[in-house]
Amino acid sequence: MKYMMFVCSDTEPDTDTGDMPDIEKWVAENDSRGRRLDGSVLGPTSAATTVRVRNGRLLVSDGPFAETKEVIVGYDLLDCADLDEAIEVARAHPMARNGRLELRPLVDLDD
Amino acid sequence: MTGTTPAATPATPATVPATPAAAVAGAVAAAGADARPRIVAALIRVTSDWTLAEDCAQEALALALQRWPREGVPGNPGGWLMTVARNRAIDVLRRASVERRKLAELAALALTGPGPAAEEPPAEEVVDDRLRLIFTCCHPALSMEARVALTLRTVCGVPTADIARVFLVGESAMTRRLTRAKTRIADAGIPYRVPTGPALAERLPGALAVLYLLFTHGYNADGRPAFADEAIRLARLLRELMPGEGEVTALLALFLFQHSRRDARRDDRGDLLTLDRQDRRRWDRAAIAEGLRLLAETPQGGPYARQDDPCAPEGGPCAPRDDPYTSQDGPYALQARIAACHATAASADATDWRAIAACYDRLARIQPSPVVELNRAVAHGYAHGPEAGLALLARVRAGGALDGHPLVVAAEADLTARRGGRDDRDRAAALFRRAAAAAHSEPERRALLDRADEAARRHPVGGTADR
Repeated sequence: MKYMMFVCSDTEPDTDTGDMPDIEKWVAENDSRGRRLDGSVLGPTSAATTVRVRNGRLLVSDGPFAETKEVIVGYDLLDCADLDEAIEVARAHPMARNGRLELRPLVDLDD
Repeated sequence: MTGTTPAATPATPATVPATPAAAVAGAVAAAGADARPRIVAALIRVTSDWTLAEDCAQEALALALQRWPREGVPGNPGGWLMTVARNRAIDVLRRASVERRKLAELAALALTGPGPAAEEPPAEEVVDDRLRLIFTCCHPALSMEARVALTLRTVCGVPTADIARVFLVGESAMTRRLTRAKTRIADAGIPYRVPTGPALAERLPGALAVLYLLFTHGYNADGRPAFADEAIRLARLLRELMPGEGEVTALLALFLFQHSRRDARRDDRGDLLTLDRQDRRRWDRAAIAEGLRLLAETPQGGPYARQDDPCAPEGGPCAPRDDPYTSQDGPYALQARIAACHATAASADATDWRAIAACYDRLARIQPSPVVELNRAVAHGYAHGPEAGLALLARVRAGGALDGHPLVVAAEADLTARRGGRDDRDRAAALFRRAAAAAHSEPERRALLDRADEAARRHPVGGTADR
């Protein structure tokens, strides 16, 4: 199953900062095992642009579509056997402790 | 119950005399209790269709009620039910033109007879399907409420209407919730699997928490816990499937101790009675004895394992005071040991509060919570005098989570009254009235006002506790 893992900031990160996992190792490990297909850090929300079309008119505005303190700062596209494996991959990511991760399954329209 | 069925083969039903309807209903219920979760769990494994699995198991039970009175109870009732449910599932899926591989797998499903009488125990089965089902229903990616409802519906086979009633929602709302939970299992990719290795240790407490919630959730109109029997049955099943897990055994023991008081828990008005006011002759001795046997089985045994007579009323299982728990004891083992101390005390005054206080000390270390701290303060108050209890209670109040809670105020009132001075009694009465004002229910309020009157009236008693 493919999961989009949204990497988000969090206002209450873990207070225990010992043994923080290394992101380079995490990427290398999951890339080599074929569990991470793609991923990137995102630019700041100040660089975000929201686009809508209403009644045929293009509406462009600056900023993200939702104003919250927790923002998406990156993403990883995962390919895992099931949710349990995806959770194991996510828990080893440093942002599981400094922020939070959201796992969203991709919908396979051919299925 | 089903052991007396005539030794007839299912292939020659005509030779079996017709069975009375009541006996058949009993046989169906007994076979269903054992076979239903196996059938549902196996069908889900092969088809991944939860609703289909439940429906087919239900139809098999309905057909048994129709046919067994005429044809006699089959020699292997569970196997009969599995065959009917399996064939029904094949019919449905064939119509939906499901792939051949799945159908072949379905056709191979069979069930050996229930219980130890089975000739071919399922030794080859590496993981019992029922265990898979329990761990999937209790997956942390489901909301706690969804876990409880799904476990009741799918594992225990409780009708949706009954679950809805206890959850205080309409039946259609509960049906929607269950459907959402099943859809989520498929959509989120929650596996139908028992976690292994370190993941099992991580997930087991969550599954046990579901069982515990199921045990305590809601009451029927008669004041009895709504699903306590299901929770006990489920804990027995889990113990059978995970024999080495001390916390599973301890949870079953805890259930039995708590359930042993079911007939003594309420007064004539239906109000809850505290332990010291219950008629202990109405406690279920058999349940208590079983709980003690189980507790003696938990890893390394502990002091309970050394007792020859598990039901000795005086100085019994709680006698070794220095070490009432073992270092292997998890939270449920500690709670079960506490419950055992209450269950084996001949009277409230004979309760071994030192052993209870020691268990709470350890519980507060491994699973701290404001409620544990409150109970710990009360236990210390009885074990080591009111001052010790009041000192711990002051820390609970300072923690803030339970400040002003009627239980905390009532505990303070009780400990204050037991200091015994006239001022203390006046102050205790005032505290009981304050607790009553904050009570969450009318019966609780009445009970606390009674205690206030009692505290104000009581004559000074020299030295000993006035209970």
